[in-house]
Parts: sequence; structure tokens; C-alpha cells
Amino acid sequence: MPFMPVKFNLQKRVKLAQGLWMIYWLSVIVGILLFSLGIFFKIELRKRSEMMDNNESHLVPNLLILVGLLACGVNAFGGKVCHDSLDPIKFAKWKPMLKPFLLLCCGFNALLLLTALLCFLMQFAVYLTLAEGLKNSIKFYKDTDTPGRCFMKRTLDLTQIEFRCCGNNNFRDWFEVQWISNRYLDMSNDLVKDRVLSNVEGKYLMDSVPFSCCNPGSPRPCIQHHLTNNSAHYDYDHRIEELNIWTRGCREALFSYFSSMMTSIGVLIIATIILESVDMAGLKYLTTALETMEDPENPECESDGWLLEKGVKETFGDLLAKLKTLGKTNQVVEGGDSVSIL
Amino acid sequence: MALLKIKFTQQRRVHLAQGLWLLSWMAVMWGGVIFCLGVYLKTELLRRAEVMDNTEIHVVPNILMMVGLASIGTNWVASRVCQDSLDPTRFPRWKVPLLAWFAQLLYLCPLSLYCQVGLRNGIRFYKDTDVPGRCFQKETIDRLQMEFRCCGNNNFKDWFEVQWVSNRYLDFTSKDVKDRIRSNVDNRYLLDGVPFSCCNPTSPRPCLRYHLTDNNAHFNYDYQSEELNLYSRGCRQALTDYYMELMNSTGPGVLSVILIQSLTMGLRYLQTAVETAMVLEDPEGDSEGYLLEKGVKETIEDLKINALTMLKFGQVDPNAAEGSSEVADAEKDEKDAPPSPAS
Repeated sequence: MPFMPVKFNLQKRVKLAQGLWMIYWLSVIVGILLFSLGIFFKIELRKRSEMMDNNESHLVPNLLILVGLLACGVNAFGGKVCHDSLDPIKFAKWKPMLKPFLLLCCGFNALLLLTALLCFLMQFAVYLTLAEGLKNSIKFYKDTDTPGRCFMKRTLDLTQIEFRCCGNNNFRDWFEVQWISNRYLDMSNDLVKDRVLSNVEGKYLMDSVPFSCCNPGSPRPCIQHHLTNNSAHYDYDHRIEELNIWTRGCREALFSYFSSMMTSIGVLIIATIILESVDMAGLKYLTTALETMEDPENPECESDGWLLEKGVKETFGDLLAKLKTLGKTNQVVEGGDSVSIL
Repeated sequence: MALLKIKFTQQRRVHLAQGLWLLSWMAVMWGGVIFCLGVYLKTELLRRAEVMDNTEIHVVPNILMMVGLASIGTNWVASRVCQDSLDPTRFPRWKVPLLAWFAQLLYLCPLSLYCQVGLRNGIRFYKDTDVPGRCFQKETIDRLQMEFRCCGNNNFKDWFEVQWVSNRYLDFTSKDVKDRIRSNVDNRYLLDGVPFSCCNPTSPRPCLRYHLTDNNAHFNYDYQSEELNLYSRGCRQALTDYYMELMNSTGPGVLSVILIQSLTMGLRYLQTAVETAMVLEDPEGDSEGYLLEKGVKETIEDLKINALTMLKFGQVDPNAAEGSSEVADAEKDEKDAPPSPAS
């Protein structure tokens, strides 16, 4: 009893071939889309790699690029097979390759599933690298004269302006690091000496933030220094003031950006899996319909198409039996040897 | 002696018609592109409307849109002409539109329109975040300065001349504030400081934005030689550069002019070749195509005579109306006998 049989006449076969050809070319376009999304993701990770301590994992974008290219190739081949399917001479060329091709499609679907899973799971890795990377970025903000870190200030300033965030968790992270280089501190000044001596590590700490934390939407010109001192500014209460500087931390801002990107890519991959499955089912129907024609010379005759030749349980049983015999052939050889020795 | 005569067989005429048809459809698409460019430029200008100095700059996108639409229309007509040219029954109805077509050979290319842009009153109203209608001026200017990397109208010193801190945030009991207010006639709180949006992130030093002219206020600071601290470019220059670049990218408009000219020449050849073939009573046979029936000098002479006779019609004496109408009829017959140079 074939699984899900459908009767086909010439009209239906032609329609199936045409429809399937269009769906295959749609899948090629989706493959190109996946490829370009992979490249875009890779570029974004590279752009922000300084915020991630330069050790972010490029596994997901690389997989996306690979999957995109594979999708283009596999679906283009499928489209070509559909195009040739109604011409018996051309189709005879492709016949022997069809079974391996369908197995390849199954494997490709499994790879897509793995990629989708990674898209969702790797978000945790991104979060952790961001936390570590931003902490170091804030620490190295002042090192504009150290080779390898001289652009950290600019990158962090531009990131805070673009993503509208301040600090790692919030703006108070800036109070815990020295973000003004010693080159610009007058060490002979009493105030400076007091601040430097006020902590164990001799850091010049202050309750101020860089200008990139300022919120342009504030009605008041930006207050960046002496943030916790209410009397330093007229009509200012640091507990109530909300619009002056960005309150969101950059880790949260960057993470939500990357997470939304990865989630939408994951959803697209799941849609691609469904599309590929439809492709495979259509191709199986088409090939079985063409093979079961009683009279190959007469294109008008009717034929049957199905997804599986026997039912689902029987197909699985057959597969398991095949696997067992594969294992048993090894055992038989050993037994045979022992018999021959005897 | 016709100008630039070329022999046309039926085959050649067909090829010419097909090639021109293709070219005219390309020109239609190009007209569409120019129209879209005009729309894009207009939306960009509208986005920045608050900080634009004048409205004359809107002429450029308006002209681009008109040119785009006109190009689409006329080139569509040209493609229809090409389609009908090889059918002797349908070609004659395009005679008059073609004459009109040849008349608009010169497109005005609005490439070099000098425009003045600047921060219209933007800096003055920066502090008015509590005045309805101006409360977003601060945010607009801040975002503009950060996005275009500029400070002030011509440079950062423009900020020294306006009060950009609102009175709501000034402590009028403080001596410093009272001194500054009394230091000028208009009682404005002026300071040698700039808003945070002028800060340049590429500066190696954390941004200094107050007491900019006072070297002693900051350690290791020299007001004259400090370059990277703030943006040195004025926003007028930054905006002008941006829009000039945007409008120069319509430089491919030159390409469209070349396309139009070649299309015009091709159409002229096609028209004359088909008409000559029809005159010779042999639509399938060979014919000659030309740009002008007589030489350039003779054509100009003919045009002058035509223009003078048209003026003379206006000057006819009402007393001699009958006599002159006879003269006019005789002249008209004279004119019709030789084939007119323009057709």
C-alpha cells in the first residue's frame, strides 16, 4: 500500500512539473537571500568585534553562507530536472541520479535544522561575549595612545551614540573606571591628587560620564560631570532626572539588536525547511508518476504517484533491516574465516 | 543637396525602427529613474526642512521630476512612432506630434544650481525647549550636528554669540551668572562653551566643551592649536556638501541628453526614409533618409522667409485688406509648391 497515492493524467503531470519548477526557482532566490543574510551578519559581527573582545564566534554566519550556496545549487539542479521531466529522452539522463539527490535533500534539510537551532542557541554566547567585551572596552577607553587600542574610544563613543546607551549595565559603570588618560591630568593639582589617593589602585575616579552618553532629547543642555551632586547644578536632582543621559546599558542594547537579527534569520531558515520539504515531496510525486507510466510511448496515459512505496512503518522496517544486514555482513565474514580455518 | 543622406533598404528601415523602439523604451525607463531621483531628493530636503535656509533649493527636485515625467511621455510617443512607422496606413498620423517632438531638443539640465543652505535660526531657538513649535529644535540640531559631524553655522564660535542655555536652568543668584548677563547689552547668558553634539569622538582626549578660549581652565590645552576636540566644519558647509553630492549624482542626466539626441537623429532618419518611400509609391523599396532636405544654409534661409511672411500677415493694412488677401493667397500657393523644409 503506497503512502499517500495520487492519480496523475497528462494534464496533472504537466501542471505539477510547471508548478514545481517555479517553486524550485523561488527556493533558489531564498537560498540567495540566506547567503546575503549570512554575509550581512558576518559584517555586523566584524564591525562590533571590538565590543566583543575580538573573540566572537563566526560559526553561525559561516554556516549561513554555506547553507545559502548549497540551497542555490540543490534547488537549481531540482529546477533543471523538473524542466526536463516532461521530455522522456532528457529525463532518462536524470533518472539514475534522483534517488541520491533526494537523500542529499534530506541531509540538507537536517543541516538547515541544525543551523536554525544554532541561531537560537548562540544568542547566549553573544550575550556573554558582549558582557566581557564591553567591560574591557570601558576599561580601555582612555588608552588612545596604546597601539591596538587607540580606536577604542572612538568605537565606544560611536556605539553609545548609535545605540543610545551608556556603560555596560548602566551609566554608573563609568564611575568605576578611570576614563581620562593621565596625559590630560594635572598631577600637581590638589583636587586631582585627592581623587587619585582616594582609592587603592590610584585611579582618577569621578562621577562623570563621556559626552556620548548624552541624550539629545533632553530639554536641558547635557550635564555630564558631577552627576551625583545635586548642588553642583541648578534645579537638578539626580534621582528624578531621566532624560539627561541614556539610562539603558550598552550590553542590553547591543544584545537586543543581535538577538532580533538572529531570531528573524532563524525564522527564515524554518520557512526554508518547510519550502524544501514541499520541493522534495513534489519531486517524489513527479518522478514516481513518470516511472509508473504503463506505456512510456504514450504520454497521454494515466499513472500513479506516491510519497513512499510502502507504508511508513514498513519503510522504516525495511531501513532497519538494511542497517542490520550491513552490520551482519561484517560478522558473516568473521564467521566464514573461522570456519575456513577450521 | 540634402544634409547627411543615407540610403535605406526595407531591411535597414525595419532594423532602424526596431533599434529606435528599443532605445526609446530605454529612454522611458531612464525618465522613470530621473523622476524617482527627484522624488528622493525632495523627501531628503523635506526631512531637513527645519534647518534649511531657503525654499529655492526645492526647484532642483521639482525640475528633475518634471524632466522625468516629460521624458517618459515623449519617449513613449517615440516608441509608438517606431512601432507604426513600417505600416503606411498608420504612420501619417504621427507627422504633427513628430514636429513638436523635434522642437524640444534642448532639455534644461538643472545640474549646477547654486544653493544656499544653512541653519535657519536653528541655533537661536536651541534653548526654547519649552516653547510650542520650537521644542524639538534642540534635538534636531543635536542630531544634525552628530550625523553631519559639524558644529554651528560656519564654525563652533557661532555658539558663543547666542544664549543656548535656557533661563530655567540658570541660577540667577549666582555671581558668575549675573556677571555674564550684565556683560552684554541684550542681557543674554553668553559663554565660551558649546553643546555636547559638537564633540568629535575621534579626539584622543575626553571632550572639552566649556571655557574653550581659556587655556588655563584645562591642563595641557591650547585653544589655538586644538583641532580634534570639536568638529571644525560648519553645518552650512556640511549640508551644502551633502546636497551637492546628491545632486551631482544626477550627472547621469548628461547620459540621458546623449540618449535623447541619438534617438532624435534616428527618428528623423526613419521619418524621412519612410516618407520618401511612400512618395515613391513603393513602400517596400529603397529610399533615402536625411537630416535636412536642403543644406544647413538653405534651410535657415527658408525658415527666415517663413518667419518674415508670418510677421507680414500681422502687418497687413486694413484698407488694402482685399488686395492683400489676394497677395496672401498667391504667397501661400508659392509656399506650398516646393516641399516645406521642415517636413
